[in-house]
Amino acid sequence: MTYSTGQIWLIIAVLGAGTFLIRFSFLGLIGDRPMPPLVLKLLRFTPVAVLPGMVAPLVLWPAATGGVPDPARMIAAIVTVAVGIRTRSAIWGIAAGIGTLYLALWVFAIR
Amino acid sequence: MTSSTVKSPATSAYWAGLRDGSPFVLMAVPFATLFGVVATDAGLTVAQAMGFTVLVIAGAAQFAAVQMMMEDAGIAFVLLAALAVNLRMAMYSASLVPYLGAAPLWQRALVAYLNFDQTYITSVARYEARPDMRVQDRVAYFLGVATPITPLWFIMTLVGIMVGSAIPEAWALDFIVPIMFLAMVSPMLKSLAHVAAAAVSVSVALALVDLPSGTGLLVAAAAAMVTGAIVETWIERRKA
Repeated sequence: MTYSTGQIWLIIAVLGAGTFLIRFSFLGLIGDRPMPPLVLKLLRFTPVAVLPGMVAPLVLWPAATGGVPDPARMIAAIVTVAVGIRTRSAIWGIAAGIGTLYLALWVFAIR
Repeated sequence: MTSSTVKSPATSAYWAGLRDGSPFVLMAVPFATLFGVVATDAGLTVAQAMGFTVLVIAGAAQFAAVQMMMEDAGIAFVLLAALAVNLRMAMYSASLVPYLGAAPLWQRALVAYLNFDQTYITSVARYEARPDMRVQDRVAYFLGVATPITPLWFIMTLVGIMVGSAIPEAWALDFIVPIMFLAMVSPMLKSLAHVAAAAVSVSVALALVDLPSGTGLLVAAAAAMVTGAIVETWIERRKA
């Protein structure tokens, strides 16, 4: 790394300010003013629109295996989703997913 | 829990948030530690590494920025890449408006500072499930979710800087993040429209995975939101 101390602090400061402005943007500027029904309808899908796409490449091509699909991780992902949908609880999904991950990693390791 | 038995709704909302946020300690501890290790290895001072963690407070963007700094990328590229990784949070910000828009400005600013994947998803799931929550209870819940995560994020970064050794690979910690996110989002797949949106999100994100710095994810998210809205409209029309 060849940046000067000032340059490193510049990066940190701009990233900090920029990230805050991104997070504050709509919440800060719109406030209590009503939004069009179509926009509200689109925004209701934000969680299910962002997270599955964020996770999918990590499930199919995990960095830890150098991008090679890993059956243990895939099974754990499927169990997590199934338990999450069935129990409607994130906690149970996390517990089942982590339990399955370690069990499957262990099973595939001793094979 | 019925509202008639609760003396102070805002306090109980805060505690409910604290309870729902505590599983994320599992995620915050190893990744904050790892960031401390990586940042120190990259040559950042203690103050700089802590500056990153406290001011930016966004794991993926912090790792992306430090990775590019290790490669001596131009400052503008470092900034653009890390901010692009965080752009999804503009969608989070917009989707919180109907729930928190009426809160005082300083509370909205505080929520914005603490608005990352875990706090956002957990809180929105609660707001959707309980449409009659008051605005101050929603703010209290959000702050409750952030309470177990944020201080640990700071402290464990410091521990990582001091200890300076990585976590054994056998723990497979890389996969704790996908499991947490999948567990958070799957209970929200409550209609055909939501399932369709998730399917489009996955397909488009996988197709565009080679685009830099999460820009493919932004396209995937936009396509998924439109899909969800179209399917929902279509179902409403068929019912009518």
